[in-house]
Amino acid sequence: MPKDTSIKSVLIIGSGPIIIGQACEFDYSGSQASRSLREEGIEVSLINSNPATIMTDPVTADHIYLLPLTVESLEQILQERQIDAVLATMGGQTALNLAIDAGKQGLWEKYNVRLIGVDLEAIELAENREAFREHVVKLGQSVAPSHIANSYLEGKEAAQDIGFPLVIRPSYTLGGYGGGFVMKEEEFDEALRRGLNASPTHEVLVEKAVLGWKEYELELLRDANDNVVIICTVENLDPMGIHTGDSITVAPAMTLSDTAYQKMRNDAIQLMRSMGNFAGGCNIQFSQNPETEELICIEINPRVSRSSALASKATGYPIAKIAAKLAIGYTLDELKNQITKTTSAYFEPTLDYVILKMPRWNFNKFKGADPTLGLQMKSVGEVMAIGRSFQEALQKACQSLENDRHGLGSDKKEWIKTDDILERLEKASDDRIFRLKDALRLGVPSKTIQKLTKIDPWYIKQIKGLVKLEDELNKYNVPEDIPETFFRKLKSAGYSDQQIAWIMRVELDKVTAQRKKLGIKRVYKMVDTCAAEFEAQTPYYYSTFDQENESVVSDNPKKVIVLGSGPNRIGQGIEFDYCCVHGLLALKELGYESIMVNCNPETVSTDFDVADKLYFEPVYWEHIKEIIDHEQPEGIIVQLGGQTALKLAEKFHEKGIKIIGTQFEDMDLAEDRGSFSDLLKELGIPYPKYGVAETADDAIEIANRVSYPVLVRPSYVLGGQRMKIVINDQELERQVLSIFKHMPDNKVLIDQFLERAREAEIDAICDGENVHIMGVMEHIEPAGIHSGDSSAVLPPYSLSDEVIQTMMDYTKKIALALNIKGLINIQFAISSTYKGQEERVYVIEANPRASRTTPFIAKAYKVPYLNIATKVMLGTHKLTDFEMINDMDGYAIKVPVFSFNKFPNVDKRLGPEMKSTGEAIRFIKDLSDPFFREMDNNRSRYLYN
Amino acid sequence: MTSDSANQNAILLLQDGTVFHGTAQGKSGISTGEICFNTGMTGYQEVFTDPSYFGQIMVTTNAHIGNYGVLDQEVESEKIQISGLVCKNFTFDYSRQMASGDVKSFFEDQGVVVISDVDTRAIVKHIRSKGAMNALIACNVDQSIDELKAILSEAPDMDGLELASKVSTKEAYLLGEDDASFKVAVLDLGTKRNILRCFTDRDCQVKVFPAKTSYETVKAWGPDGFFISNGPGDPAPMDYAVEFAKKALDDKKPLFGICLGHQILARALGIPTYKMHHGHRGINHPVQNVITGKCEVTSQNHGFGVSPEAIDEHTEIVEVSHRNLNDNTVEGIRHKYLPAFSVQYHPESSPGPHDSRYLFDQFIDLIKKHK
Repeated sequence: MPKDTSIKSVLIIGSGPIIIGQACEFDYSGSQASRSLREEGIEVSLINSNPATIMTDPVTADHIYLLPLTVESLEQILQERQIDAVLATMGGQTALNLAIDAGKQGLWEKYNVRLIGVDLEAIELAENREAFREHVVKLGQSVAPSHIANSYLEGKEAAQDIGFPLVIRPSYTLGGYGGGFVMKEEEFDEALRRGLNASPTHEVLVEKAVLGWKEYELELLRDANDNVVIICTVENLDPMGIHTGDSITVAPAMTLSDTAYQKMRNDAIQLMRSMGNFAGGCNIQFSQNPETEELICIEINPRVSRSSALASKATGYPIAKIAAKLAIGYTLDELKNQITKTTSAYFEPTLDYVILKMPRWNFNKFKGADPTLGLQMKSVGEVMAIGRSFQEALQKACQSLENDRHGLGSDKKEWIKTDDILERLEKASDDRIFRLKDALRLGVPSKTIQKLTKIDPWYIKQIKGLVKLEDELNKYNVPEDIPETFFRKLKSAGYSDQQIAWIMRVELDKVTAQRKKLGIKRVYKMVDTCAAEFEAQTPYYYSTFDQENESVVSDNPKKVIVLGSGPNRIGQGIEFDYCCVHGLLALKELGYESIMVNCNPETVSTDFDVADKLYFEPVYWEHIKEIIDHEQPEGIIVQLGGQTALKLAEKFHEKGIKIIGTQFEDMDLAEDRGSFSDLLKELGIPYPKYGVAETADDAIEIANRVSYPVLVRPSYVLGGQRMKIVINDQELERQVLSIFKHMPDNKVLIDQFLERAREAEIDAICDGENVHIMGVMEHIEPAGIHSGDSSAVLPPYSLSDEVIQTMMDYTKKIALALNIKGLINIQFAISSTYKGQEERVYVIEANPRASRTTPFIAKAYKVPYLNIATKVMLGTHKLTDFEMINDMDGYAIKVPVFSFNKFPNVDKRLGPEMKSTGEAIRFIKDLSDPFFREMDNNRSRYLYN
Repeated sequence: MTSDSANQNAILLLQDGTVFHGTAQGKSGISTGEICFNTGMTGYQEVFTDPSYFGQIMVTTNAHIGNYGVLDQEVESEKIQISGLVCKNFTFDYSRQMASGDVKSFFEDQGVVVISDVDTRAIVKHIRSKGAMNALIACNVDQSIDELKAILSEAPDMDGLELASKVSTKEAYLLGEDDASFKVAVLDLGTKRNILRCFTDRDCQVKVFPAKTSYETVKAWGPDGFFISNGPGDPAPMDYAVEFAKKALDDKKPLFGICLGHQILARALGIPTYKMHHGHRGINHPVQNVITGKCEVTSQNHGFGVSPEAIDEHTEIVEVSHRNLNDNTVEGIRHKYLPAFSVQYHPESSPGPHDSRYLFDQFIDLIKKHK
């Protein structure tokens, strides 16, 4: 069935601000879908309130609506524009719910708009747990025994019938919200109450818990002709009991026989075909009894889901791109495999490598949060690693986490108390995989570990294999003693040089030198969907230690590597993906070969057709260095990948690798509090009084000198980690000791805290001669609340012209003094006249890189700032080459969004430590806007130290 | 525990002189055969025991082989049929509660050589560009490369090689119930067990005959339909089977062929076969049923194909029923007037998707119509 030519204009609904359980994977799917439809000559309009997305950029769609995701906004678009169809399956549950609401209000009918790629009845069936259960049983498939309950009494009856342990699953909630396991009767009442309250329909499913069964996820595609293919099968290393978003997952399935897999495949296809009639993606979860291999269906998501981004990156098969084409009428046999360009899109990818996804948690940001993993997703991001064996993929994932880990253990962070370890094995938290290895290292029998964790013995044996390798390594005293074949084996098992150095207690350089001497280096293999059966055209690579290298280095002398920002976490997220995409596009535009390095599968910048070449690798020194050795690029861009990329600058500098744009010394000057303050002093710019303490005694002395209240924090942190405002010696001492305990090797910074000060920030571009102020933002909340958690108004709404001018002058002075080539973000505090202080502009900090607000300003002012900044960094352009016209009327507000509902007991008050997971943009005409007025009225309500 | 790659004592030698070093697993010794690769991610045990792979050196592309061990009943014949295995990670620490044993013992017990820890992806790319060729695996032996080359040069060329009669049953045997509704005669050119199961599951009694049984002998059993099985080797020298098919066609009896059986039917209709560059082997090959327009993900294993040009010259009697969506090769044919059809791929799968099982029902329908 060819393309439906009656569809000329499509509206795509995005997923809104990033929250736990619905992150930037939907920017990836929405962007892919948009590009895919535009390829077909379809005009694409896009609505999303999230300004940090690439989907809402003019490079992605024809018409962009940065509006709140409401039915009113939809109607506004439909009035303005002739829309033939709406695609609501690319924006997660948020987009679907909005489409359903709009449908109920008759909007689609009124404007004669078709919903494509979705069947609302299928959605309804998938979400209504009782109806779905009956449906599955009718097909002859199995489900876990369960009862639906709409009241407290019904819930109690259900529990009595099913027995413990059981699961409570609220209907119509996202990311497992409100659900949980109930192991004992005593815990049931509370869990039931929470579940009923979480469900918008006051409905829960009380289900028998199949704890410890194996868990699988299948990603499917179906076309209008009812052809179905399985794109990817994912096996959860963490078995049933932990939300799949919080599970370590592996592809292909490691422990499935063909008979067991084909049964699952048959059931999945039967299920998808039975669920309404729609063309698009679908995700189905199954659970398998490891003893009998009995299979039960857990749930189905008849839309592009969180895991489809991962499946796309894991296989190379662009699910959202193809799903969008299926939605407009194409059938799979009419489309080409996007990787080989010659074979059919109707096929099932096959892998000759191992994929491992590891979630990234941020529990340290949520004090009081229960870090135990369960039915409700708690991770804020994820990494994906690719290796030629499970061990290699596992260790690469650990190196990708941005947690100062160098692999799976053997990096100075092992635990040694067996009791503590065993407790953590039973009660899974963010470190279970590390504790599992610790346990094996201490000689805990595999059987005991299996009993506590229910993890399949195959994985435990693989990790045991690592412990055995380390035992063997311990036989050698110095790297020179390690036989070449064994050295190669260690590297093939994913060991970083740093781990080997730690195990041998030798210096890192010695290990690396010996390895190089033996000629052991990485080769790069291609991700091609077909295990090399066909020639592939896509430059998507991963490293391993094998014989043949496939990443042919071009002789283009104009070649630049862009470093990504690793896994999403609080304080560093989707905005840097946006920046990287623009950096890559600008490089391509200038005829440079653009090379991307990152390990975050949720990103658009790691799509195989964004950069000229993609290395899906940990943003970890050893990996980066080898890519540089291989590619010999002109330079590296570190300004676009947040703090992750920036902090590698020192290493590049040391090794003589060129950094594009601002140089390391200048970045370091901005980052180092002491020298930066000296610079400010020289420039005659005020800054809060401060001191650097190495002991608690120092700290008290400094605090009394700068006078309380003071802001205490470790010297190198991201997102205000462990930052606190204290008012006396006692509080100070407690905080300082806590920092030393949790972050040894760190100094403590003590800043004068400007009470009742207002906060503002500026993003700017500097070419070494001129400085362009991109935007000035005033925070609604007072100083003391992390800028990431503040509502920023662009342009300022209450600051005097004089203050604004002063901030701009300071920005220019600082940017020029720091020899900035590219981006800079400066944070200000404007002291009030409170307690006799005079109104003064203080500079709090400067970040010599793209900031969280860079995309926000670019979107609000509709100026391609990242493109300009990249060209300035490269030195190919000066600021005077660009005309930058801001045509925004009124104000734009960046509104932070929190995911507190995932952590019921966490302290929701805001302070210097960032807690928000995402943000929305809101345009207002003037200050009488009711939304703004309410925010402004509440401006000091949140302040808490 | 994954294999010990520190122990580089195995060699894979290709006919064009390319050498790969790896770890010896399984038995010690030398083995030769045509090298081919299989891209399936599940079903290694079924592949190793598939008689169609008889005498071949198999490269598996999946990163790990052996993770779920072996299970006695998941075999497609009584033994390992490949002459040697080439893989990346040979994993003998398996996990499957139902399993009967580990894959290393499986190979050791049956005396088949294995080389692991080689760059299988590089080998696949090599075969992909250079085409099918003979290869040799040497495990724990002292011969020099030159000596091994001499041994490899003695290995017969697959082109023109008749192998089906070597793997066929020696004696005819019966499967299924005596009171089954249908009787299907199977000409065994190396049949997979699951084909027979697909028949018996459909209320058929099956009698399996040795490859070189005469049509008359088979017919004397009184079958309702004839089936020509899959099997190894080149169909070109197999006139005995072509004769069999011709006679079944003359009798206007329902006739179904799979893989080698498909090539035999084609030859019986006057359509020649050819040796493919490197064949199709895996469980993800896209096929379209050109009659219904529906697509199937199929299990495939063939190094020879049916000439599409020759079919074009015989359109008065035969039509293409299935095509490969990747390279447009012929995947199925049917006779325009007689109850005869065949497919190049494996609808019985095992391993592989069950999308094409309907072909067995189609055959039963033909039998019903002609009974």
